[in-house]
Parts: sequence; structure tokens; C-alpha cells
Amino acid sequence: MTSKARVATVWLGGCSGCHMSFLDIDEKLFDLADRIELVYSPLADVKEFPEDVDVVLVEGALCNTENLELLLKARERSRVLVSFGDCAVTGNTSQLRNRLKIDDVLTQVYQAGPGSIPKGPEALEVLPVLLPKVYPLHAAVPVDFYLPGCPPDPDRILRTVTALLAGEKPELPAESITFG
Amino acid sequence: MSVITVTINGIEGSAPAGATLLEACRQNGVELPTLCHLEGLTPIGACRLCLVQVEGARRLLPACVTEAQEGMIIQTHTEKLVKYRKMTLELLLSERNHICSVCVANGSCELRTLCAQLGVDHSRFEYRCPDLPPIDTSHERNGLDHNRCISCTRCIRACDQVEGAHTLDMEGRGIENRVIIDMHQTWGSSRTCTKCGKCVNVCPTGTLFWKGSTVAEMEKEVGFLQWIRGGREKKTWSYL
Repeated sequence: MTSKARVATVWLGGCSGCHMSFLDIDEKLFDLADRIELVYSPLADVKEFPEDVDVVLVEGALCNTENLELLLKARERSRVLVSFGDCAVTGNTSQLRNRLKIDDVLTQVYQAGPGSIPKGPEALEVLPVLLPKVYPLHAAVPVDFYLPGCPPDPDRILRTVTALLAGEKPELPAESITFG
Repeated sequence: MSVITVTINGIEGSAPAGATLLEACRQNGVELPTLCHLEGLTPIGACRLCLVQVEGARRLLPACVTEAQEGMIIQTHTEKLVKYRKMTLELLLSERNHICSVCVANGSCELRTLCAQLGVDHSRFEYRCPDLPPIDTSHERNGLDHNRCISCTRCIRACDQVEGAHTLDMEGRGIENRVIIDMHQTWGSSRTCTKCGKCVNVCPTGTLFWKGSTVAEMEKEVGFLQWIRGGREKKTWSYL
């Protein structure tokens, strides 16, 4: 038996809808599970992004310093990096704040908005700093494959992952590379 | 009507004298991508997607506004042209705020469809994320969202050339241009708008929409242009 491919998924500034769509490949997850080892994912309890990853799917845009650190680590430790879904590919709704000043956004959400205000230095220590603007992944690292869609439908995800596991470049038809 | 001979991608074809290169290509089964062009409106060569290479010409020519000449040798899908077309689409994506996932025209958008057809799955250019004028929903039926506009002017031409109202126009130049209503006023206060909806139907993106439509609900119908044109020019009124 050949060794299983080491696959990871990462969740940055997005809604996790792409991950949900991945789970929507339903019974085909069983076939996939036989062929891969899920070494890092929001769906698995692994704290540190591991070394020597074959394929990583990265969902979400770059919104804060934590996103950026994790993406750089994922890129360094993975052979194939997939920009997974519209937030990762274009910034999507995550980048709607780009035309606003970051201080205005924080004031609106944490002071003018409902709920309690995170106070004092303890909040600043645990919360990652927002980047001045939200960026797609390829603004920071080289991307091997773009998988647009909000979310990409399960079929596109399966076709892409299947091709990548076979060591091939995914060839998706036009109707499978639409945004939104 | 006299006929001319042209060579398109190495294959000889014919076209009626006076036809544009775009018409000549399409009549000979060669499809070119277009955004600003719409059969029934005056071509303006704005979007640059239909650029072709003509032997002997020193620059690329927009097929929609170039008249086919006898003996012309045309290339429509060279590596260079395909590269430029993709670049044009990427620049359009990065210029304003095209957020397909929350757009009324997701599904009927010609920009989104062309991106997929030409394999544009991301934009290499940094998004400008401009702060644009607010969405105008003061009109009884229609809405105007500058975030989605690609400045093709199809709405302006339909309003002027087909409806004859000339409610819509353009202000500013380059990336500062904006579609405006009458003398730069809200759509709801316009006294020239006939509420015909032609502008909404010819808009290739989600810029003009029926009020009340939500994500991906817009459907656009441009067949009426041929119907009106047939009636006016050939006096035959049949809606095909």
C-alpha cells in the first residue's frame, strides 16, 4: 500500500462556508479518507501546522497578523497551496472594509456597536492586530491553484482535490471557475 | 449587396461590404468576446475585448469598430490577444468593487461569465476598493450601483438611441467616470426618465437592477433590441 497523502486545510478570514461545502461531498468523504491523512484543519484538533504537507487548502482572506503568520507557515511547509474560495482568491466580502479607515471600523464595532468592549492590555495581547487592508492570498505568497466560488460547490472541490492527489493540474470547465 | 473576402485565422471567408470585423468573424463562425458591444446599439470600441491582429496594421484593432476590407488577413486568438483579453478582465475586476457573492446579477453577469470562459480565476492586480457614490434607489423601479459598473455605456446608448430619452449620461474621465442621471441628480427626481427599463436590461453587470431583487435574482433580457430594430428598419414587428 502506498503512503497516504498529507493534506491540510486552513481557515483564515472567511465564514467557514468553504469548509462546509467540502464536507458536502458527503459519502465521497469515505473514499477520500482512505487516501489522505488530514494533518491539520479546523476540523481536527492539531495546534501547530506540521511540516511536509502535500496539499493545503486555504480558505479565507488575509485580515490580521495571525492570518498572515499562518499562511506564511502553510506556504513554507506545503508543496501545493490552493487558494480555496472567493475570500482567499479575491478578498470577497471580507475586503468590503478596505474603503474604510481601520480605526473607524474598530470604533463602530467595539464602541458604537452592541455588546461589551474588550478592555485593557489583556485584550491587546490576545487579539491579533488587523491588517490595514484585507488581501487575497496571492498578495502575500505564491499560489499553485485558484478555486473560486462562494463557496466552491462540492463537485469543484472534489475534482480539484482528486486531481491534485493524482499529481495532476486540475482542469475545471468554465462553469466551475465562476466567482460568487 | 457586394461581398468581400477576408482570411480569418488562416481560413478564407466572406462578409458583406461595409461589415465590421466583428460581424465578419461572427458570420464566419469565429466568436469574439465583447462587453460594450450589443447588437442594435452603436459600437464604440470601449472594452477592448474584441481586439484582433490585422496583417499590416501597426496596432491591435477593435473588431467592433473596424470595417472589414477586401483581402484583410485577421488573427483573432493569438497568444498575445488571449493574454491581453485576460488582462483586460483582471483590470476590470480590480477597478471597482465586484463582489460576485453578494451581487444581484450573479448568474446573469456577462463580466463574470467571460472571466470563467477565458480562464480568469483570479486578478493579478491589486483591488482598488474605491469609495464610490452611494447606491441610488430613489427611482420607482430601478436601482443604480456604481460598484459594479464597467463603463461600457450600454445603458446610456440604449436610453439615447433606442428610447430617445437620454436620461443617462457619463461624467468624469478615466477611472473617475460615473454614470449620471440627467444633470447629475437622483434617478427618482428625473423628469426625462420614461421608466422603460431598457437600460436595466442591457446592463451586462449588476450595476442597474430592478429594485427588490436580491443576490443572483436579476435576469436580463436584451432580445427587445432586435425586435425594435426590426420594426424600425424593416417594418416587421415580430418578437422572436
